[in-house]
Amino acid sequence: MSGILVVVEEHAGRIARISWEAVAAGQRLGAQLGLPVSAAIVGAQTETLAAEVAARPPANGLRLVRVVHPLLAQYTADGFTLALRQLIEQERPAQVIFPHTYQVRDYAPALAARFGQVLIGDVIAIGDGPVFTRQLLQGRLNGSYRHTGSGPCFVSVQAGAFRTEVPGEGLQSDTQSCQGTTSVVPKSQPNDGEALAPAGNSSVLISIFTPALDPSQIRTRPSEPWRGGAQTVDLGSAQRIVSVGRGIKQAENIPMVQELATALGAELAASRPICDNGWLPLERQVGISGQTVSPKLYLAVGISGAIQHLVGMKGSQCVVAINKDPDAPIFEVADYGIVGDLFEVVPALTAAVKAAEQ
Amino acid sequence: MRIVVAIKQVPERDAQVRIDAAGKWPNTWIVESDLQFAMNEPDAYALEEALQLKEKSAAADGEVIVVSAGPERVGAAIREALAKGADRGIHIVCDDPGARDALGVARLLAAAIQPESPDLILTGLQSEDLGLGQTGVIVAELLGLPHATLILHVEKTATGVTVKRELEEGWFQTVELPTPAVLTIQSGGNKLRYATLMGIKRAKTREVRRLTAAELGADAAPVVVLERVSLPQKQKSTHILSGTAKEAAAALVEKLKFEAGVL
Repeated sequence: MSGILVVVEEHAGRIARISWEAVAAGQRLGAQLGLPVSAAIVGAQTETLAAEVAARPPANGLRLVRVVHPLLAQYTADGFTLALRQLIEQERPAQVIFPHTYQVRDYAPALAARFGQVLIGDVIAIGDGPVFTRQLLQGRLNGSYRHTGSGPCFVSVQAGAFRTEVPGEGLQSDTQSCQGTTSVVPKSQPNDGEALAPAGNSSVLISIFTPALDPSQIRTRPSEPWRGGAQTVDLGSAQRIVSVGRGIKQAENIPMVQELATALGAELAASRPICDNGWLPLERQVGISGQTVSPKLYLAVGISGAIQHLVGMKGSQCVVAINKDPDAPIFEVADYGIVGDLFEVVPALTAAVKAAEQ
Repeated sequence: MRIVVAIKQVPERDAQVRIDAAGKWPNTWIVESDLQFAMNEPDAYALEEALQLKEKSAAADGEVIVVSAGPERVGAAIREALAKGADRGIHIVCDDPGARDALGVARLLAAAIQPESPDLILTGLQSEDLGLGQTGVIVAELLGLPHATLILHVEKTATGVTVKRELEEGWFQTVELPTPAVLTIQSGGNKLRYATLMGIKRAKTREVRRLTAAELGADAAPVVVLERVSLPQKQKSTHILSGTAKEAAAALVEKLKFEAGVL
């Protein structure tokens, strides 16, 4: 057992923020346990990505491993599981850290099981021990988990849970701050266009690992991704959003919320169950599987606040929640709240907004 | 086509949860006697997909088997699945599913499923209580089967299945898999059916086989332990506006206008 291995993920030709957050979590754990940190990038062509990672300040002191094979050009659970299994057998890390993405959810549990271990998934904080905190019951409770197995400890970290500074993006992730402050990063950052310029990280060592893979071992055949439906609503640039959730009970009640949105000059959005039921089109869905929004005002009506939804709206400037349940997790991120029956509160609010405009 | 659907019974969504400091297992958990239980919603979608696949199939030998692990109360979720149209059930009776980690629960399920030799194993992508989202993937790993997660639609082909898989931010992809295979089903792919009166009556006559963990020979020490549960710390101090609906609404408009400056 020799260190911490962070598996970063390519997303549309780049290393996405959540992977940098996983690096931050790995570095934090490395400091805590006194272990060196390596990062692995998996693919068929990882040279450019590796250079991008190496050039950026958060990578300072990292060892980078490019896991390269033609059969890893496109993600498959079989390919990634086989390749990373071989890497882990060689590296023998004490901890393996992933970003908690859909892709990781697809293969990391199988990879961990192959070592007789269990992934501690969707972690929001790492405490002494280490003890890993993850949410239970849709965010109503936190659970503290400890790895007691004798093999490597597999962990995936939730988006936004560990602070990092991603060059080229001004904003820090500022929610779920937990204890996730990480490596000291200089304030001046290279722009995206200069990503490959040397940034004083001569300490980053890049190596190549070639797993043994055979086409017959890849049992699934994935297509190229496609975008679902026409996107005619751009919630991402909306200044005000009124979002409706399961609390609305039936489709016939949606117009009441639309009226409030109209009075506020806001776009109407929804949480997943509303779109699952076909009450509003998919393009109005906010959350991990829908759009990510950051309006000035986000007014959540009858939304409990499961993490899948919060991920999509936590960049909002001012969050208002209307919910009958005072313990609903949405109140944990709300600036203002009204605990009450939305069927009374929403019409009253529409009237108050209209009155204020006169 | 023989389809096994693994379902879980979870606390109802709006249930008020209280932490049980004494705990039923070595660890703290919530007070279960307070709670009503229901079928995990993503599992209900998995069941729906299985029933539709059976109904669409021309072959007369289609069969949908539900399997669930848990204490006696879990029988209600199995009966509900039978009432909706599942052909038979398997109840892995264990009082301590919470003391097992994801691998431990998957071992029970895999051991119960294997003798059935199904063409497909479906389950919800995650549970609404523990939210691990791993059980289906680990069952696939234990049974040596290919899998795909976050599936919205399943189409039978000559050699296997073609599935629609959800990706992040409104993207999708199609995946072809040979069968037998394991699929974890995302919510929203179908419309859920209700049990009919006929179905509820019929369910009473359908077989539910009871198995124990000991019989399945699938006991192993956990490698990940839930040590304690706690209430989350608030990230923001929420200003709660009280009074009647009208008073609270008026106060909120004031705040948004003059304090937050967003109106």
